[in-house]
Amino acid sequence: MLNPISVAFKKAKQENRPALLTYIVAGDSTKKQSLDILKSISKNADILELGIPHNTPVADGSQIQTSSYRAIKNGMKMNDIFKIVKDFKKSNKDKPIILMGYFNMIFQYGENNFLNKCNSSGVNGLIVVDLPWPENKDFAKKCKKKSIYFIQLLSPTTTIKRLKKIIKDSHPMNYFISMLSTTGGKLKVSPNHILKNYTKIKKIDPKKEIVIGFGITEKTIGKLKSADGLVVGSAICKEISKSLKYRQNPVTNVSKLVKKLKNKIL
Amino acid sequence: MKLKKGVPVIDQGNKLGFWGGKFGGNFVPETLKKPIEDLEVLFNKLKKDKKFIQERDKYFKNWIGVPTRFIKLENLTKHVGGAQIWSKVVSDANGGAHKVYNATVHCLLAKRSGKKVIIGDTGAGYAGKMLSMAAKKFGLKCKIFMGAKDIARQQPNVKAMKKNGAEVVPVYSGSQTLVDAVSECMRFWVANCDTTAMCVGSTVGPAVFVRICGWSTSQISRELKVQLIDEFGSIPKKLKLYNCVGGGSSSFGFWNEFMDYDKKQCEFIGVEAGGPAKSKKHAAPLTYGSKIGILHGAAQYVNQNSDGQIEETESISAGLDYPGISPLHCFLKDTKRARYTAASDEQALEAYKLVTRFEKLRPSLEPSHAFAVAISESKKLSKDTIVVVNSCGDAYKDRGILEKRLGKKYVKSN
Repeated sequence: MLNPISVAFKKAKQENRPALLTYIVAGDSTKKQSLDILKSISKNADILELGIPHNTPVADGSQIQTSSYRAIKNGMKMNDIFKIVKDFKKSNKDKPIILMGYFNMIFQYGENNFLNKCNSSGVNGLIVVDLPWPENKDFAKKCKKKSIYFIQLLSPTTTIKRLKKIIKDSHPMNYFISMLSTTGGKLKVSPNHILKNYTKIKKIDPKKEIVIGFGITEKTIGKLKSADGLVVGSAICKEISKSLKYRQNPVTNVSKLVKKLKNKIL
Repeated sequence: MKLKKGVPVIDQGNKLGFWGGKFGGNFVPETLKKPIEDLEVLFNKLKKDKKFIQERDKYFKNWIGVPTRFIKLENLTKHVGGAQIWSKVVSDANGGAHKVYNATVHCLLAKRSGKKVIIGDTGAGYAGKMLSMAAKKFGLKCKIFMGAKDIARQQPNVKAMKKNGAEVVPVYSGSQTLVDAVSECMRFWVANCDTTAMCVGSTVGPAVFVRICGWSTSQISRELKVQLIDEFGSIPKKLKLYNCVGGGSSSFGFWNEFMDYDKKQCEFIGVEAGGPAKSKKHAAPLTYGSKIGILHGAAQYVNQNSDGQIEETESISAGLDYPGISPLHCFLKDTKRARYTAASDEQALEAYKLVTRFEKLRPSLEPSHAFAVAISESKKLSKDTIVVVNSCGDAYKDRGILEKRLGKKYVKSN
């Protein structure tokens, strides 16, 4: 059976648009609320990324940090994340879910335990921010055995020689970081520049799906729509923070935002 | 797990930067892979380059003012009535602490790589103060990340950084201490690694930073070895080297040259921060058996909960207030080359009182932890045992805390 992630890319291609990937932190601001958000945005998002909150996130900007601290403060534990995924999948069997986090959380859970849990709850892909290639080779192999995509990160600082090696070892989906930044930074390079880098990477193996993330908002997403997929994370986390601040319903507000994002790439 | 003889410990990691196959490494975002590799290539080349070594030694001698003193604490020894207690007064170094060695080397490396800006983290403020001082000396722009709690409790060093022209960036996330400062500094580097050099303030972080720092602070033991031979004619038969351990930069540097000696002859004792006697929180992952985890790019023993969230620490000493510990010390612990224990806030304060009562020496709260254990163990040791404590920082920065905890007279004396 084809991984639902690949199915999602196929479907988006048929509709002549990039896949829309969204990111929220699991348990932000409560377990129930993040499940409700996932359910409500799944109409418009093609692939759902769920962040594993960590309290020392060295690659995240203030928005995702705030979301993570909020989730941890509200008692979010590893097992709750799997529960959210499992509950979500009950009514959305084919919607792909990617967990994204830092390696210590997986390391403490035990790699094998973690992957078994991913499998039984319905996780389709993993992004581990601080487990780069070649350090991730063994873990990526284990993921493959469980039919889970291990998604490699590629950055503007990744040399062409290294890009080739990473892509050769990679699974069907990779993630290109648009610029030198933590998550949620303001886009400091032009969309054209990003697409030029993207094309360079895409050429190495056109069969592999490459999504672009970091700094993508309602304003910028339309200009990048020639990519295979686009990830919006911090802008969504910011919307949650804003909703909480003004005592509005984050589920409705995030849902509206994702719909707007989708409309920009149609 | 085994320590190799004849190979510097900093070079005993494997291809992926793991000591003992499991401590250290490079758990970093992809963006940092290239700048870290560039730094590795540069450092590996320069550490073998005679001209670079000469340049380093020139600045160490003329600017830092090495060698620092090695003195006998006669009165303290008499009072304690056991082993001979000596001190390596590393706080003599320009700026008042061992952090100046690493800061100077990082600035020299930054110059060679053509970077114009250098950033760094700081806890007690010494790493930041020294980096700002060195950056000024070498004409680099400097930015220091410091936890808001530490900014409040280490004001003299904050003032010094600003005076040196550095920008001090307060970090409000998490516990607002060193752990958050290091995270924020790494984040800034992720976003600016094309123009900016990063200095990690201790023997922590991705493997190359551990190596550079260990290489830099080893100056301390190079000097001590010569000084011991000058004083005793040879390395004493019973030598015990006490050092506080936070991230582990001063202790590693204090021990490095003695690594190949049998531990029966030359024992290393690392003293971690046990925190307040009444608190369960501490900054002593080695003493209290913390599990291996990943923090700031390296696998190490680290205070964390069962899920893998890093735990808050507590210590009177900002410089030791860190949940993790250098991979080098994890390696020295598991190979049993060094022994680790902890002193509480109260024990450190008592030791400070005792040292300053008997000697013209004013160790900061960090080395006061080492003095606490050294004094208590010296009582039971023979008179021919040579105990050396690294007084790696000066208490000037702690005067606010000392005044509050011990009263005015302990701040004015000396």
